[in-house]
Amino acid sequence: MNLVFIRQAGTLLFICMILILLHGSRGEIPSKPIAATILPSVKPDGGVQAYPEDQKNNLPMFTMNYPRIQIPFEITLWVLLASFAKIGFHVYHKITIWVPESCLLISIGLIVGAIMHSVHEEPPAVLTSNVFFLYMLPLIVLESGYFMPTRPFFENVGTVLWFAVVGTLWNSIGIGISLFAICQIPAFGVQDINLQENLLFSAIISAVDPVAVLNVFEDVSVNEQLYIVVFGECLFNDAVTVVLYNMFSFVAEMPVVEPVDVFIGVARFFIVGLGGMAFGILFGFVAAFTTRFTSKVREIEPLFVFMYSYLAYLVAELFAISSIMAIITCALTMKYYVEENVSQRSCTTIRHVIKMLASISETLIFFFLGVVTITTDHEWNWGYILFTLLFAFVWRGLGILVLTQIINPFRTIPFNMKDQFGLAYGGLRGAVSFALAFTLPDTIGRKQLFVTATIAVILFTVFLQGISIRPLIEFINVRRTNRNLETINVEIHGRLMEHTIAGIEDLCGQWSRFYWKDKFMKFNNRILRKILIRDSRAESSIVALYKKLELQNAMEILDTASGDISAAPSIVSLYEEKKSSSKPQKKFLAADLKNMHDILSKNMYKIRERTVAYRGKHALPNDNHTREILIRRHVSIRRSLRPGSFQSSSYVPRTHKYFSLPAGKSLESTFPAARRSYADDHETLSEVAYPSQRSRFGKPARSSSSKAMIPLRRLGTLEEVPSTDVLNEDSSSTEQGVFRTNSSYSDSHVPRPRRLNSSFDNNNGSADDLRNVHEEPSSPPPGWAAEPRDNTARNPLLRRPQWTPKRK
Amino acid sequence: MGALQSLPGRPEYSDLAEKTGFSFEQIGVLHKRFKQLSHNEETLRRDHFNEIHDLAFNPIRAQIIEAFFDRRNFHQDGEGKVQEIGFEEFVVVMSHFRPPSDHMTEEQREKTRREKLRFLFNMHDTDNDGTITLEEYRHVVEELLSRSGTLEKETAKCIADAAMLEVASISVGHMEPDEFYEGITFEHFLKLLDGFEIESRMTIRFLNMDTTTLCK
Repeated sequence: MNLVFIRQAGTLLFICMILILLHGSRGEIPSKPIAATILPSVKPDGGVQAYPEDQKNNLPMFTMNYPRIQIPFEITLWVLLASFAKIGFHVYHKITIWVPESCLLISIGLIVGAIMHSVHEEPPAVLTSNVFFLYMLPLIVLESGYFMPTRPFFENVGTVLWFAVVGTLWNSIGIGISLFAICQIPAFGVQDINLQENLLFSAIISAVDPVAVLNVFEDVSVNEQLYIVVFGECLFNDAVTVVLYNMFSFVAEMPVVEPVDVFIGVARFFIVGLGGMAFGILFGFVAAFTTRFTSKVREIEPLFVFMYSYLAYLVAELFAISSIMAIITCALTMKYYVEENVSQRSCTTIRHVIKMLASISETLIFFFLGVVTITTDHEWNWGYILFTLLFAFVWRGLGILVLTQIINPFRTIPFNMKDQFGLAYGGLRGAVSFALAFTLPDTIGRKQLFVTATIAVILFTVFLQGISIRPLIEFINVRRTNRNLETINVEIHGRLMEHTIAGIEDLCGQWSRFYWKDKFMKFNNRILRKILIRDSRAESSIVALYKKLELQNAMEILDTASGDISAAPSIVSLYEEKKSSSKPQKKFLAADLKNMHDILSKNMYKIRERTVAYRGKHALPNDNHTREILIRRHVSIRRSLRPGSFQSSSYVPRTHKYFSLPAGKSLESTFPAARRSYADDHETLSEVAYPSQRSRFGKPARSSSSKAMIPLRRLGTLEEVPSTDVLNEDSSSTEQGVFRTNSSYSDSHVPRPRRLNSSFDNNNGSADDLRNVHEEPSSPPPGWAAEPRDNTARNPLLRRPQWTPKRK
Repeated sequence: MGALQSLPGRPEYSDLAEKTGFSFEQIGVLHKRFKQLSHNEETLRRDHFNEIHDLAFNPIRAQIIEAFFDRRNFHQDGEGKVQEIGFEEFVVVMSHFRPPSDHMTEEQREKTRREKLRFLFNMHDTDNDGTITLEEYRHVVEELLSRSGTLEKETAKCIADAAMLEVASISVGHMEPDEFYEGITFEHFLKLLDGFEIESRMTIRFLNMDTTTLCK
């Protein structure tokens, strides 16, 4: 371990050295201010130095042309450096538990900055207004919007907006005015800062950036309400902050402020916010509509998602309305429809790429924060900065307190004091503040002071609060979430309950959120889906869940212990299953079973996991959930299956899950309290809104890997499996499915002594004792596969899907 | 509220308020709605419910309506169904959906939770034998999925079967090969939905304002 660490650190330092040497070899020390250019100036004589000039025009053997590649080269090196830093953190995984990643990145940035400073180098000035706002910020925001858990969000949208908008306003105005009061005190020597400038500054530092906080919340699994409010608040207060910033910077340049201006400012705020949303929705719908027709050009499907969101952002910037709102709403609207239209592979690609880009962006920002901290000229003023810190803290706390009091009566689950503490303490500042500080116009006299103060606030909050929030949250024991088990029962009853509530509401004439949701869903089903989705049959989420679980089972079976697909699973196990059926009175007849099997096979098609594991901003959605299943059922298989053996298929899904609990154990105890994402639970349970249904016949899902072909190879009909790589979405609507599991399905599975066999084994089609389980296509992610812990000897198949995706 | 003049006087309300926990205004509003639904008669019958337009789209409409006529929901140990209900029973059934108030003790919360779960349980258990058998469960699932036109009955059946097995494994744990699982009792039901925060989710925000004029 130490060796690895040393190697990593060594690589890092090596890269640093290369970078610095490259810069240094220019031979001059540029002393431009940071905001000047994107990159350090081109080397003047960076051209060919490799050979002396007095040579005749022989063909040069070795030339070097640095300026040509300089810009992309340096960008790449910086990105690499930051990414190495990220790798390095996980060498000691304990570090990342206690210290949030943003802290670590800033520290590395500080070190690199110190190195650069000592060799009198300038850092690449990436933080020009353009680069940040046009390239880096949209990525971060797109990722936040795309992976937002929609259902909890919409249930709490009022609270979120309340905290974001009113809270930010409260903070900025409060901090601004108190700072202005402080400025009046001559002792601090900052009397030249007028009110507008103070307000501008306070707008900058009231933007909360909860990256670190969300990581901690996720790990500690605080209750969902808190989580979604913090998340949503971050997102929307970026928008509010930018609006305020623009407004105040405009105002700061005006010598006199009149009441009319204030009024116009307020009106402008609404225009900006609502306009942004309108643009976002518009682009979202256009994107969804476009993807309806992309079935022949699957390779470029992800492009549409990115281009349309970016376009939304840019167009909003064009009209100076809130581009952040635009891109968020675009992502939100787009996601739902696009994910139904595009292929599974594109879906995965989109998610991965978004995560990657956002991660890079965020990493770079924090990294540069560290670098720039060392290398800027600071103007330090003890009084101002300390008071800024104090006020930032105080006003946030006050704000949360007051706002919660006002909004608690409107909430079904009010926030208690601990939640409020979590909210208040979780107000870390971050990237947006940093960028905004750097883009302050130079007309402001005390710009350096503001920059310094912003950096101080960011560093303080990120380091102190970021590191201490985890122990504090655990200490005060903020209300944790109730892990809803992903059982069919819970889904069914949840659904039942929602219908009941909606019905009762209709009955007693009361309106509530279900009413609006209901209305929207009707509209959605009737109109929107028809237009925007290519194949708009609806599928109940109960069925989707059921299918998913069954597929997972089938995958498990096929995938475990790859040699173990025996042809003769024990009769005993099947017998047990038969008995354990919950039909007290009647046994399943063979005909019944066959029917069930037929139904299941017909109905299990394109299962795409639409839930997204939100693990914090820097983690990919858990692969387990985006695993695809490509199922192609061969008619021959079905024929080869005998009626008697069909019990397997329908039993597998049923029994696999729950029988293996050792007696007396509760279900909860079998699940380690490992990370589960909120998005998972809630997306799964109620993604598609409750009356909508969607069934997908004839659209085989597609898997993306081929590793687990191994178990399949023994099975007769698998010659076709390799060929399913062809993008044949529009394969016939017969029931065909090729079975592919995903590659990283590498969890250890206890080899099952008795396996209900995959029905793909044609050769055994005739054996009566061959219990061919017709493996319903499923691709349970490894994490879903039940951990061996609850594998009993008797019912190997019957494993509870383990809801612990293997997170990093 | 001027409308109160024609409604039962205050003493009855206070009775009801105490029993169900609604406030006076809320009871007043509910009474107005009752009158509206029942066309000013004294009792509600099933056909009155069938007239509610919005309810027609609800897949489990039948169960919801039945729930109102089910004596088990009337807070007594009644059984069986009635044909018509008065205002008091109406309010009592509604009270199952009240949100838990802040000042509840743990015990009261538990009690509320049990009540709500009992309500759901009664919706399933139509033959009133205290257990939800496979048939009943299937029926419910079929109803729930009845909106999905392409889905056949068999799927609903399979899903119900799967769910039953799930319950079996949760409640009974490991089962012997020759055991049968008779049906979901209320205790099993409780255990099943243990993690389900029903007390906060199964709530309706009863308004103090009269919105009946806005609804059909």
